Amino acid sequence: MSEDVRSLAAGVTAEPAVQGTPESEELLTINFGPHHPATHGVLRLLVTLRGEEVLDAHPYIGYVHTGIEKSCEDKSYWKVIPLVERMDYLAYYFNAMAFCMAVERLLDEEVPARAQYLRVIHCELNRIHSHLVWLGTSALDLGAISIFWYCFRERDKVLDLFEYSSGQRMHTRYVQVGGVIEDIPAGWAEKALAFTYEMEERVGQYEAMLDRNEIFLQRTKHVGIVPEQRLLGLGVTGPLLRAAGNPWDLRKAAPYSSYDDFDFRIPVGTVGDCYDRYRVRVAEIRESCAIVRQAIEGLPEGPYITTNRKVALPPRHELATSMEALIHHFKLVTEGFRVPPGEAYLPIEGPRGELGCFVVADGSAKPARVHMRDPSFVNLQALREMVVGGYVADLITNLAMLDPILGGIDR
Amino acid sequence: MPDATGLELIAHDLGEQVPGSVAGTEHYRGIATLIVDPGRVVAALRWLRDTPNQAYAFLASLHGSDYLPESPRFGVHYELLNMDRVERLHVKALLEEPGDGELPELDSCVELFPTADFQERELYDMFGIRFRGHPDLRRILMPEEYEGWPQRRDFPVGGEPVLFTHNEHRTPRWYE
Repeated sequence: MSEDVRSLAAGVTAEPAVQGTPESEELLTINFGPHHPATHGVLRLLVTLRGEEVLDAHPYIGYVHTGIEKSCEDKSYWKVIPLVERMDYLAYYFNAMAFCMAVERLLDEEVPARAQYLRVIHCELNRIHSHLVWLGTSALDLGAISIFWYCFRERDKVLDLFEYSSGQRMHTRYVQVGGVIEDIPAGWAEKALAFTYEMEERVGQYEAMLDRNEIFLQRTKHVGIVPEQRLLGLGVTGPLLRAAGNPWDLRKAAPYSSYDDFDFRIPVGTVGDCYDRYRVRVAEIRESCAIVRQAIEGLPEGPYITTNRKVALPPRHELATSMEALIHHFKLVTEGFRVPPGEAYLPIEGPRGELGCFVVADGSAKPARVHMRDPSFVNLQALREMVVGGYVADLITNLAMLDPILGGIDR
Repeated sequence: MPDATGLELIAHDLGEQVPGSVAGTEHYRGIATLIVDPGRVVAALRWLRDTPNQAYAFLASLHGSDYLPESPRFGVHYELLNMDRVERLHVKALLEEPGDGELPELDSCVELFPTADFQERELYDMFGIRFRGHPDLRRILMPEEYEGWPQRRDFPVGGEPVLFTHNEHRTPRWYE
């Protein structure tokens, strides 16, 4: 008995086992998510690893699929707005704007200049807000916790502005078909202006925290490079494409909502790695501040929503005196407006890329089909190309810098 | 966007190069729509992508629609984009419903536009349109064992019971 134990013990060595595949060659398939803080939502990845190296990564999505597109078919046009806002929950102004612009195209409805400016101001504030959430959570994924608190401090100021102008912090239902729901309140413009100046200073502070941080630089530089042509083939748009050196931005390429009135630049990267993606987004915050300032300073006078009573609600004070206004109000609130048959796809530049809304109208007061081309959904296809061949730690970096919003992916 | 004349020129050239591919054109509210024959979608898309003076090389979006009760019933929409000229072309293929529970079929364009991968899977998931030659045609948003095509117009809204603790006895063995 004792001899057996001794002979066994003699066989135990620190040398690697000779039989079978070496440990370094052993493949391991792990399930990453869906409930994982670094997935920024409920994204599930099936990752095949050889040691630390990623051999394959497959996204599995649909965990927060709520059938919003289906629900939209059962609502009148103006009731669809709160629903589409909940798709990409960090870009609610953009979702509402894409939908409203598609409906306006089908109605052939002009939007007053003041409304266009107000939309631009809120969209750009929304872009800052979205990028701040991205920066905070991404830096958190890379191990920097303080930047998270700083970003959320500024994000709260944007949300305060949204609450001030529309009564809601998120999902504001501010953009309406034909304009916006309400003019900005007294004192709002000064607050927003003060915020843009403060934000620019804060961006410099964020950069000071991250740009000379060796851990941050080592984890982002030369990580996840995908050639520009491949990105285009995969349909990638937004900061990811611009980081690869392609200055494609719909605000410049095909200006909508009077974006051609403003003087701003499109930041582009040179290498196309995760560091460039970070730089491009941070630079976009600065440009957004500039756009907000110009829009507030040049805000034209005039109506904030179309005066076409068939589309937009009449002002409240008219209801007491005008029978006509009361009828319009009643019709709009009960049935809603009808849209002539047709279909339109309308893209705008969201914080994550081309956000397009496809609307099919069948002549009734409800849309026959609403589809959002969500940039997160399309961009997610590039994740595999970014991470294969890298390390697991780079997978986290890539996912963070991809900035997927699962509410938009799953809709 | 190509204007109405430009659209007719594209349709004419495409009809010559890929015979029988053009089924019609529409120009509505500044959006140029090219309706193509479902059997020749890939050939038409390839021509639009590779012909030097067309060069619609970017597929911005691919989505579907259900025109019930019209016939042909299903529409598959390709939003092509030329980034140099900033021109968008809306290419649409209309599919008949085959009947007998069969699924309508269309050739996949993943070879031409890798971005179509997820979007064709979404169309299959939501409308039950089968894409021939797609590398991995599975449901993408709904659970894999799900039955039915939720975005079709004859699929009812609100058909899914939501499971709470107070009603779980009504769906016994739900956890399986």
